[in-house]
Amino acid sequence: MMLGRVRPGLFRQDQITLILLVLLVLALSVAPLVRLVGEAIAPGGTFSTAALQRAWNSPIVWVALRNSLETSFGATILAMMFGGVVALAVTLTDLRARNAFVFVFVMPLIIAPQVMALAWLQISGPSSALLNLLGLAPPLGTKNPLYSREGIILLLAVEYSPLVFLTLRAGLRALPRELIEAGLASGASKFTVVRTIILPLMTPSLVAGMALVFVSCLGNFGVPAFLGIPGNYLTLPTLIYQRLSGLGPGVLSEVAVLSMFIGSIAIIGILVQDIMLRRRDFRVATTSIAARAFELGRWRLPVEITLWAVTLFVVIMPILGLLATALVPAYGVPLNAKSATSQNFAYVIFEHAASRRALVNSFTLSAVAALIVTGISVLLAYFLVWRKSALLRWLSIAAEMPYALPGVVLSIACILLFLKPLPVLGFSIYNTVWILLIAYLARFLVLGLRPVISGYHQMDRAIEEAAQVAGAGFLRRLVTIILPVVAPVAAAGAILVFLTAFNELTLSALLWSSGTETLGVVVFSFEQGGESTAAAAVSILTILVTIGLALSTLLFHHKLPQGVLPWRD
Amino acid sequence: MARLTIEALSKYFGDQAALKNVSMQVEDGEFVAVLGPSGCGKTTMLRLVAGFDAVSEGKIAIGDRIVSGPGTHLPPEERRMGIVFQSYALWPHMDVEENVAYALKVQKVATVERAARVARALETVGLTSFRNRRPASLSGGQRQRVALARCLAMQPEIVLLDEPLANLDVHLRASMEDEFATFHKRTGTTMFYITHDQAEAMALADRIAVMDHGRILQFAPPSQLYREPANETVARFIGAGMILPGKLAGEPANGRVAVDILGHRAVIRCGPDHGAQGPVKICVRAQDLAVDRQASDPLSARLRRLVYQGGHFQADLLLENAENLPLALTLPEPCEVAPGDLLPIVLRDGWVVPQTDVLA
Ligand SMILES: Nc1ncnc2c1ncn2[C@@H]1O[C@H](COP(=O)(O)OP(=O)(O)O)[C@@H](O)[C@H]1O
Ligand SMILES: [Mg+2]
Repeated sequence: MMLGRVRPGLFRQDQITLILLVLLVLALSVAPLVRLVGEAIAPGGTFSTAALQRAWNSPIVWVALRNSLETSFGATILAMMFGGVVALAVTLTDLRARNAFVFVFVMPLIIAPQVMALAWLQISGPSSALLNLLGLAPPLGTKNPLYSREGIILLLAVEYSPLVFLTLRAGLRALPRELIEAGLASGASKFTVVRTIILPLMTPSLVAGMALVFVSCLGNFGVPAFLGIPGNYLTLPTLIYQRLSGLGPGVLSEVAVLSMFIGSIAIIGILVQDIMLRRRDFRVATTSIAARAFELGRWRLPVEITLWAVTLFVVIMPILGLLATALVPAYGVPLNAKSATSQNFAYVIFEHAASRRALVNSFTLSAVAALIVTGISVLLAYFLVWRKSALLRWLSIAAEMPYALPGVVLSIACILLFLKPLPVLGFSIYNTVWILLIAYLARFLVLGLRPVISGYHQMDRAIEEAAQVAGAGFLRRLVTIILPVVAPVAAAGAILVFLTAFNELTLSALLWSSGTETLGVVVFSFEQGGESTAAAAVSILTILVTIGLALSTLLFHHKLPQGVLPWRD
Repeated sequence: MARLTIEALSKYFGDQAALKNVSMQVEDGEFVAVLGPSGCGKTTMLRLVAGFDAVSEGKIAIGDRIVSGPGTHLPPEERRMGIVFQSYALWPHMDVEENVAYALKVQKVATVERAARVARALETVGLTSFRNRRPASLSGGQRQRVALARCLAMQPEIVLLDEPLANLDVHLRASMEDEFATFHKRTGTTMFYITHDQAEAMALADRIAVMDHGRILQFAPPSQLYREPANETVARFIGAGMILPGKLAGEPANGRVAVDILGHRAVIRCGPDHGAQGPVKICVRAQDLAVDRQASDPLSARLRRLVYQGGHFQADLLLENAENLPLALTLPEPCEVAPGDLLPIVLRDGWVVPQTDVLA
């Protein structure tokens, strides 16, 4: 027999692509974190525990740690109750207008935490129109009650109840309907079924959701920055921020240690979440069609009214308060037909230089990050879903880390990695827009990746193999077969990345420089500088963009797998 | 030349062997079916032949060219095979015509010829009027026809089919079977057809490879599989064969030999080289057995159940002796026996199973 063509298997299109992807993920996700750990235990390259010891012996670190844990635990419990009840009600019962309700309820998740905090400040202070109307406003001149531990807990709970809702809803949807029906058939009341069957089976989902909320609260910067810093109630992220912005890169080893600190606590939470989600195994093989809704009967209207009232109060009222502030000429002036003005919007869009730059910067950065992340995701998910291997499993975990860990950890890691001039290129990207872009790519990669992965899972691999048999090489298959089919999920992922980047503050608060302000940064500095009306105006603009984009997905949501868009029921 | 040669092929997933030392040769233009129960390694073999997976051991050649082997792996896109997938694998974002034309575009076939070949392929499967439809708006049978047309237009030397009828209604299967047979006759393409349905394999294939547990048990034309199973497993699998214990009771001559089955004497078929004396296994089928009240030394079996099958009955019996073997035979209507009766049974035909069993 003649010898066939020998193919060493190297340097084919798909293999080159895979190698590039691996390098890219290593550079984006692994390198910064490795650099951070290195700096914490061996600052400047030599092993030393001095920085560790300094942090250990510093009372303020312990206070910040205590504050972080207090607020995170408090908010987690509150969010579990609120999000849990809503998830049960929305998923199991015959409530009407579920899509609209879910959209409103999940909104805090896509609106920036600092914007929600700012909005709540507008309706809770001495000059709150609402409280004045009810006669409940604190006397003029007193401190807004939200500037406190309790305020932070409340806002974190508002922000992250949707996470509990989403985790629990995913668990409930995977619950085989037979288990519920068997309970009902054996004579148990609906309430008994919820108590004795559904909730016990949901324990892994609940614990996973709890761990996720805890880690998110722990890493949250926007809420304690707006509500804690004024009253000098510092959490670990805000402590890191203050140290770094007060003293500059000189304290890098110290903040590296603090980042490791908060990162380690977060990892415990991430592990709990991972273990629990893996436990979610019902050993019943069904293509679970959602269980038939529990009929609420005459309770339906009261339940609907209660849920809507609470959600409108928690989400919509504060935003209206924010809008009112954005429309008055000066903070504290009551809004009416005479006082209403658009001058704040004109000010932030046209007059204020930093704010004008920030609009452009945030738009551009978010759009570019969304495009690049989507490109990487379409390729990476191809290998993750269809070419399983141990290396790729590790790679997907690596890609998750920058998002799972608190944002400050990634920020500090990026500063450490990019402070010195880059090798070969010879210049530093610190204090440029590029460090922000890289941090965005690293942090938001999974947001684009997850929808695309679920898209691939829904696709029959045979359609790619059929193209392969037809003679099409990897890149050609990618462009002519795979891309058209994953386009909807890729678009959904791109929108998620854009929205998150557009609303983000944690990364840019630590990485911005003059000229590279983002919207989050200008809202923060307006508020700190007492320009509340300008802060409100910028916030309203971001909310409009955010909700507009979220609504735009209604145009193609029917092409998406369930669960890709958090705001869709 | 599109002879497909599979030599000493093995495939391991971890330490589990899905294929063990499989060899077979499919001649140019031959229609070969691979038949076996679910999980026996059929799809694994097809994916190795197509080039989707790398072989663990052994080699695969098309004509004289080794496409898979130690250190050699020609990727699927360069093998020029046609594949009809069980799930059809039509591209949802292209209409019927674009689906059929895709391979030709990839292979840079000139526009005029491409259009002609696509039109011819669509006409062959009777889908010309559906050429601008998307797959989503076609029925299962129509989708399978598009998949076939896609193959047809490519003019491959070998077509691989992985249970192409498994997702279709029973009444559609017959017409698609016909379609595949026509395709084969018209093109003379080598066909490698995977199925778990013996009726399908028998109806279509020139030769059938019976597989079990990652091995080929027998590779032969359908009638030989049925009449002369090479081992007990094939005998039981094909045509619901029954295995009876017996002893050779004479010298084989002209492919026939006298046997003694639990005291009943009969002359049945055997292989030419069957010389051994002593205990043998005998394969019989329902239509080889008959009730004979005149017989001098019949097998005595008790009727357990009669199942009416329209025009005749299937009778389930138990042999009345220590072996307690179940037997099945057909009885014409009307039938004057009842469950519980003792029936005298004789063998009209049978086959002495060669003693070597691959699995042993
Ligand atoms: N990618 C794979 N990884 C691990 N095991 C596999 C894989 N593909 C097939 N197998 C195993 O190989 C055996 C044969 O599978 P398959 O070829 O699909 O059987 P068939 O097509 O005959 O039903 C099965 O036991 C199956 O579990
Ligand atoms: Mg199969």
